[in-house]
Amino acid sequence: MYRYDELDQAFVDQRVAEFRDQTRRYLAGELSEDDFRPLRLRNGLYLQRHAPMLRIAIPYGLLSSRQLRALAAIARRYDRGYGHFTTRQNLQLNWPALADAPQILAELAAVQMHAIQTSGNCVRNVTADHLAGIAPDEIDDPRPYCEIIRQWATLHPEFTYLPRKFKIAVTGSPQDRAASEVHDIGLQLRRDPVDGGIGFTVRVGGGLGRAPVIGQVIREFLPLADLLAYLEAILRVYNRHGRRDNLNKARIKVLVKSLGVARFREQVETEWSLERERAPRLELSEVERVRGCFTPPPYEPLADLDVAAGRAPAFQAWYRYNTRAHRMRGYRAVFVSLKAHGAVPGDMSSQQMETVAELADRYSFGLIRATHTQNLLLADVPQRELHDLWQALAAAGLAMPNIGTLTDMIACPGLDFCSLANAGTIAVARALQQRFDDLDYLYDLGEIEIKMSGCMNACGHHHVGHIGVLGVDKHGEEWYQISIGGSANGFTALGEVLGPSVPQGEVAATIERIVETYRALREPDERFIDTVRRVGLTPFREGAYALHPAAA
Amino acid sequence: MRYILRQHELSAEPPAVASPTVSLAELRRDPERWRSQSGPRAVRLTPTDAVEELAAELPFLSVVEVEFPSASDGRGYSQARLLRERLGFRGELRAVGAGVRQDQIFLLARCGFDAFELAAGEDPEAARRALARYDVAYQPGSSLFAVRRQRFRGAGS
Repeated sequence: MYRYDELDQAFVDQRVAEFRDQTRRYLAGELSEDDFRPLRLRNGLYLQRHAPMLRIAIPYGLLSSRQLRALAAIARRYDRGYGHFTTRQNLQLNWPALADAPQILAELAAVQMHAIQTSGNCVRNVTADHLAGIAPDEIDDPRPYCEIIRQWATLHPEFTYLPRKFKIAVTGSPQDRAASEVHDIGLQLRRDPVDGGIGFTVRVGGGLGRAPVIGQVIREFLPLADLLAYLEAILRVYNRHGRRDNLNKARIKVLVKSLGVARFREQVETEWSLERERAPRLELSEVERVRGCFTPPPYEPLADLDVAAGRAPAFQAWYRYNTRAHRMRGYRAVFVSLKAHGAVPGDMSSQQMETVAELADRYSFGLIRATHTQNLLLADVPQRELHDLWQALAAAGLAMPNIGTLTDMIACPGLDFCSLANAGTIAVARALQQRFDDLDYLYDLGEIEIKMSGCMNACGHHHVGHIGVLGVDKHGEEWYQISIGGSANGFTALGEVLGPSVPQGEVAATIERIVETYRALREPDERFIDTVRRVGLTPFREGAYALHPAAA
Repeated sequence: MRYILRQHELSAEPPAVASPTVSLAELRRDPERWRSQSGPRAVRLTPTDAVEELAAELPFLSVVEVEFPSASDGRGYSQARLLRERLGFRGELRAVGAGVRQDQIFLLARCGFDAFELAAGEDPEAARRALARYDVAYQPGSSLFAVRRQRFRGAGS
């Protein structure tokens, strides 16, 4: 993984000193709340429903065991002994005290971490495919480019006060696992068909939130050397011309739409051609330095094993659902499920973090990844160790064999924590876990992605869920709008709302009627999303809103 | 009060321009008359002004003031870089308005500002400390305000 050099360390240390001074001024009354807000947001600190919330960056989701132990210690000392992994590969602490925030940031800096630009109207944490570097279908490892973009975007002198937040994702595979088409900028790695050089297809203007849009291609192939120059051109057009009069119309997608993608592209290309010589150059030596941090770990020459043979059915189920193919023979990638039934999706206790850090040291070269589906991943586990690893994870409550199934759902923190939310997500998640507690039934349903957001801001990506659940406020009550047909994996599509919203107590039953409709209509081996695409919404609408037997 | 940045030092100096500062709109209404005025000239840009429209006038200007109505309005940073880097403006580039504060001054200096009219209530001592807070940066920045180490280089740095 990336290791800080003297510049990186000096920078985060100086950043901590700056925020310590800003917090002191705020607490001393020298800085008003209005003036402090943009400063604390750019250091990851929100003021939420009960307490501040600190969003810690996990750049492109990669953590060392040392860092995960530090997070565990911070959560124990300054919070209530747990943290929440988000869809953007960050970790949120829900209960820190404002006065402790500078010290937390100092402890993060000591392990080469920070919370810089995890919030505010600036370039946010750059995200990547959680199978980066090990996926069999990968063109190139996206993480070195994510790291370069992270550095370029960090306290950028020109682009720290943008009209609105700005999210960049990089995917290294044709099968997009980073949802790059719903980001402000989505970069897809490509090889030049002529000389084999690395470059990117550049998409702009994707995003979820209030008005979901799929990003559009503005450049089919951008050579790597021009990456930063081109990003500067896009950001400059946006910084100058993005709307600042209306918060809801300030994202780049609104600018792209109002100009039209052709004119937007023309402005970017003009800006790029004028600045190409002046803009920051991506020197090959720098690319090589960063790439050198992401070399493959020292794999052993191993043979593939028939791991599940003769093992207990519980292990076989876990192996099937919670592990993935690896490009190296004899290895598997292992999901650490943060979706145990009865648990809050994405939550993890300090003790569990320490357990996983220990297991990563023992079985997976000391590295851990956070996925955008709110699980963790041990990427490089020898197959012969899988049974031992499974036992250890199961003992810690981290081996729920439900990855990719309906209860591996994504949920934002919702009304229980977030001051923006209209409705809770945790109670709905619990109801779904209870209703779908039968594993055989879950396995029969197969791959279904439920994504749930407590408000229009769509932190839970409900627009791109096979089944999307959106919390709405209805006369002070928590109601939920349900959509189906969304997808972000490989084929990006936005879900369509099925019908009127339903009260909290009806969500799980409505979803059960939707999946029962699927069971009745599916063809052999047909996934839920494929049935929806084949038959359309109507039968699902009829199924979802069929009257209860009791009410009929 | 106007503060001038020279060799990383911030010093208080009365404005060098005695004649009134005009807006870009005023200047464009009658550029000939404006050019014929004697003495140093200053223009004030608002966030929506297109700096490109000032290109022909830059050789006749001593000062360009760039307005920051609030600290969160970042358009002036782009205006500054365009003036310095693309249009080659070498005169005084002055940040003015309620958004010119100690927490922004490092970024302003990196974008090429060399003069600051600090917002009301801002302590110049605190602004001096803020300018010295970072000695590293990732991006290329103004040659008037270099840092000890930076990661990426542009052709001009």
